[in-house]
Amino acid sequence: MSDGLADQVYQLARRSVVRTARQPANVVGPLVFPLMLLAVNSGGLRAETHLPGFPTRSFFAFALAVPFIQGALFSTMNAGTDLARDIQTGFLNRLSLTPMRPVAVLAGQLGGVVVLGLIQAVVYLGVGFAVGVRFASGPAGVLVLLAFSFLVTLGFGALGAFTALRTGSGEAVQGMFPLFFVFLFISSMNIPRNLIGVTWFRDAATVNPVSYLIECVRSLVIAGWNGEALALGFSVAAVVAVVSLTLSARALRGRMAR
Amino acid sequence: MAGGGEAIEAVGLVREYRKGPRAVDGIDLAVAEGEIYGFLGPNGAGKSTTVHMLTTLLPLTAGSARVGGFDVAREGPQVRMRIGAALQEAALDGLLTGREHLRLQSALQAVPRSERRARAVELLERVGLSEAADRKVRGYSGGMKRRLDLALALVHRPRILFLDEPTTGLDVQSRTALWEEVARLARDDGVTVFLTTQYLEEADVLADRVAIIDHGTIVAEGTPAALKAEIGRPTVEVTPAEGTGPERVAGILARFGEPVLGTRGVAVRLGLGGATLAEIVRVFDAEGVEVENLQLHHPSLDDVFLAKTGHSLEGAGGGNSAVAPP
Repeated sequence: MSDGLADQVYQLARRSVVRTARQPANVVGPLVFPLMLLAVNSGGLRAETHLPGFPTRSFFAFALAVPFIQGALFSTMNAGTDLARDIQTGFLNRLSLTPMRPVAVLAGQLGGVVVLGLIQAVVYLGVGFAVGVRFASGPAGVLVLLAFSFLVTLGFGALGAFTALRTGSGEAVQGMFPLFFVFLFISSMNIPRNLIGVTWFRDAATVNPVSYLIECVRSLVIAGWNGEALALGFSVAAVVAVVSLTLSARALRGRMAR
Repeated sequence: MAGGGEAIEAVGLVREYRKGPRAVDGIDLAVAEGEIYGFLGPNGAGKSTTVHMLTTLLPLTAGSARVGGFDVAREGPQVRMRIGAALQEAALDGLLTGREHLRLQSALQAVPRSERRARAVELLERVGLSEAADRKVRGYSGGMKRRLDLALALVHRPRILFLDEPTTGLDVQSRTALWEEVARLARDDGVTVFLTTQYLEEADVLADRVAIIDHGTIVAEGTPAALKAEIGRPTVEVTPAEGTGPERVAGILARFGEPVLGTRGVAVRLGLGGATLAEIVRVFDAEGVEVENLQLHHPSLDDVFLAKTGHSLEGAGGGNSAVAPP
């Protein structure tokens, strides 16, 4: 990356972080809501750990994977709504009037979202450690988890950016949120897939890519180094990232056609 | 300037929207270096669409245009390096401060890092925003936003500046301050200014030359003085005092020119080498005819607009009262 491009990306990422930091609701929501869901679920579903074959005695450790993915879903909203606002207010036109390369807009916007996603991940990790969760994969697993969070946030952020660029509407981006929650709730977020008794639900969770994202994080926390879970999780995250980045880059070119 | 010649040139510029009318329908224009070129027209006339094409924001449907010596369709990055633009809506980020906007814009315009801080201070000072520089823009007034927008357009010292209705919605004080800065840019820095406006007074005061655009085509072009001279001679309008018959007033006025439709009273267009206002007043006085009001109307750009298009300019501010088309 040339120095000029790096500077442009840095400045746009900085703007994205500053914007979010100056809107407390956008910081507190993505941080607190997943933790509240974690607290409620780990309190109410603790009995699951007595099921034969349940992989851990701590439901909190089992469920800790969920906030990481849920936080990444929030990043979709952040990236998308910010970009949609820039389109609606004409700020994107201001950017288009500079000699800046379009890729800098996307990289800068996503750079800011990824930074915020990593901050969220660190907070979730801190909460996990504070309540006594120990990583079965050790310190290296923590680093892999952060790398995974980076990839997932990037992918979902790009998906939000794509929606914003295609529609130019913040409402359209917000409209994706319930859909994401459906994907989250029909995944293995609350119970391992092999213990789901209802066939249709087990099948739905099996074809749902969100299950593999959650299981990747979960494996690092409770199982140690599980090659299959890591490969599936990273593959799904990489496919989401590549597809959504490609789509958003194409949509950006169309939006900034000049 | 690469290639030399005019700062802005357009030939047969057309922009057609899908399933819509031609927003711009075959415009030819040439703007000389250092000139302030006023692009005057009502809402929807095609002013902003023209600016968007000339600034590379919109592709051309047909025709060609060169800005700063570069083709807007094929050499967009070179064009963008040479222009500054403040578009119709001051597209600012309400959550950033004025200084942060300037820092971002400087980076995107590739202003050297070592110059950015000083350039921001200089521009904030110039547009009178030094004190508000570290306040979030959402707390700025409309005039402050416009001034910041202008400062942002100038960070990289462009030779050509596009201002799309820069004073729409501003109070008189803010408008005057912005006019002074635009005039200074052209006069002292030699910046070419392409200014769209729907305010007659703005075009009259600021522009070296004016093009009047209506329904996507240029209907008149020239210096404001030449355009007004083209329309004709001044008119005198007299409102008779109570108890004075309009016929008597009309009879006296007929000695000075041909009758035309007045807005409130009796009016005549003065003849060539016609009388002065003082002479007309003296005649009324000598004949003992009392009048309530007597006004001399010089042709305004609105009269030009009316004469060229058949309708008055919507939202026109300033200028003299309307005169019937010749």
